[in-house]
Amino acid sequence: MPVLSTARGRTLENVACYVLLILLALVFLGPFYWLVITALKGPGQNVFSYPPQLYPKPPTLVSFFELWQVGPFHRYILNSTFAATMVVVGNALFCSMAAYPLARMRFPGRDPIFYLILATLIIPFEVTLIPSFLVVSRLHWVDTFPALIVPAAVSPFGIFLMRQAFLTIPYELEEAARIDGATEFGIYAQIMVPLAAPSLAALAIFGFVAEWNSLLWPVVVLKSQEMQTLPVAITFLDSNFYGGWRQIAAGSVLSILPILVVFAFAQRYFMEGLTAGAIKG
Amino acid sequence: MEATQVIGTRARARRWRSLRKIGIAYLFLLPAFVILGTFLVYPLFASIWYSFTDYNVVHAARFVGLANYQKLLSDDVFKTAFRNTLVYSVGVIPGCTILGLLLALLVNQPMKGITFFRIAYYMPVITSIVVVGIVWKWMYFEDGIINSMLRGLSLIAKPIPFLSSPSIALYAIMAVTIWKAAGYYMVLYLAGLQSLPRELDEAAMIDGANRLQRLWNVTVPLLRPTIALVVVLASIGAMKVFGEIYVMTSGGPADRTTTLVYYVYKQAFVFLSMGYASSIAVVLFLFLIVLSVLNIKVSERGGTVNY
Repeated sequence: MPVLSTARGRTLENVACYVLLILLALVFLGPFYWLVITALKGPGQNVFSYPPQLYPKPPTLVSFFELWQVGPFHRYILNSTFAATMVVVGNALFCSMAAYPLARMRFPGRDPIFYLILATLIIPFEVTLIPSFLVVSRLHWVDTFPALIVPAAVSPFGIFLMRQAFLTIPYELEEAARIDGATEFGIYAQIMVPLAAPSLAALAIFGFVAEWNSLLWPVVVLKSQEMQTLPVAITFLDSNFYGGWRQIAAGSVLSILPILVVFAFAQRYFMEGLTAGAIKG
Repeated sequence: MEATQVIGTRARARRWRSLRKIGIAYLFLLPAFVILGTFLVYPLFASIWYSFTDYNVVHAARFVGLANYQKLLSDDVFKTAFRNTLVYSVGVIPGCTILGLLLALLVNQPMKGITFFRIAYYMPVITSIVVVGIVWKWMYFEDGIINSMLRGLSLIAKPIPFLSSPSIALYAIMAVTIWKAAGYYMVLYLAGLQSLPRELDEAAMIDGANRLQRLWNVTVPLLRPTIALVVVLASIGAMKVFGEIYVMTSGGPADRTTTLVYYVYKQAFVFLSMGYASSIAVVLFLFLIVLSVLNIKVSERGGTVNY
């Protein structure tokens, strides 16, 4: 609602708002621009020149190819993609499976179990870090995919989200299916899950982004070069490759591109899913 | 068959069906139980147990009672980490809370192209902390872009050692955290703003209140539940900060950017003193419990807003 009442006043206010919006956009997007142009600079161009070079002349993709000198970057990308995808699959499956009886069936222990799961939301990952690592190590999973995937395959928040979604599905559909003789699993698979698709989509996106960007856990459980995930690999670039700014920038750009693509497509679900869960609890 | 036998059979069938139903319910829950139990519940208790031992990977854990906790009290690095975490929280929490609100108010207007700006401000949130840390580390270099711009605008004569100065480094990291998180809180505020009833604001406008007055006396009070949620999320996030420090400063210079979580990591995986590290983790956990309890109390109080 405008402050000033004259037409000229309102236009002035509009302009002022746009100026502010653009200035803030520069602040929030500027570093990304800097990252991208650094990745596009060729050898011989000083990244930290003064005055700073705000546009690469000419832009070149050579830094991206040089990444492979450091390590098997295609493996890093593959590992991250595989781990993130499997985590999403696990979450979609196990969280919805757990949420179904909690939302729709009556059995002894249902409510205490739900509160227990809620309580686990308080447990910060950092406190579980060391024993989790020791469990993984005793299972001989160190430096393997199960170590990355299994601990993240179920998230308490995911169970909460799916239960909310299932609770909003009208009973009549379920009753009709029961009259037709459907099994519990049939109702779950053919009615509940399809109808809760938006929440599943939000869960999938959160899970993918969280797993893709995960840093501390892969640092702890991975050892060999071939198994590293992208974020960890980038930190290696940073510490071993001193002076290789272009390559580090190229690696960083590679690691955020998939997320940006996923986000661009699913931006609506993302923000909806985020606020739905947050406001309720 | 006799009537009683028929009824008996039916009753048995019913009991069998409900047992089966319970079994199915628990079967659905089984994977979640196994995974959450193994990687969340068990580690929590194991951590508490380890904090009373001197486990250091080389030899088996030996019970040492409160020795680790006593060591904490005289550990200067722990005290520094504790203080750093507090200072960091005191800076980051208001920063995120206020900036998030300002951004939300700004982008809540039905202006053309506003979605672009909402997405732009949200970009840092979905970007990996590693990438964010690396870019900002470069920007903070003495010959990096920030110093270049400040010198170009003649604002400073010599470059500022953002990350290598013990007194400035922590604040430099706080700026990065706020930059990365503001968009997330903006979205939360946006959702809150868009669910507010417009009548009150319009009534205030009719009564002649200007924008600032309406903001302070109508919008913000109505937004109290969202603000409470943001403050608590920001507090919990601030106490758990790790990525920025791991990437940008490795806890230095002189431990001035070491925070509690980073210290847990360092003790456990660099010094391999897992027992000692567990005691730090337990202290952190206790603080998080306190924060969560505060959360429940505050959001219960501000939860029902009376119009």
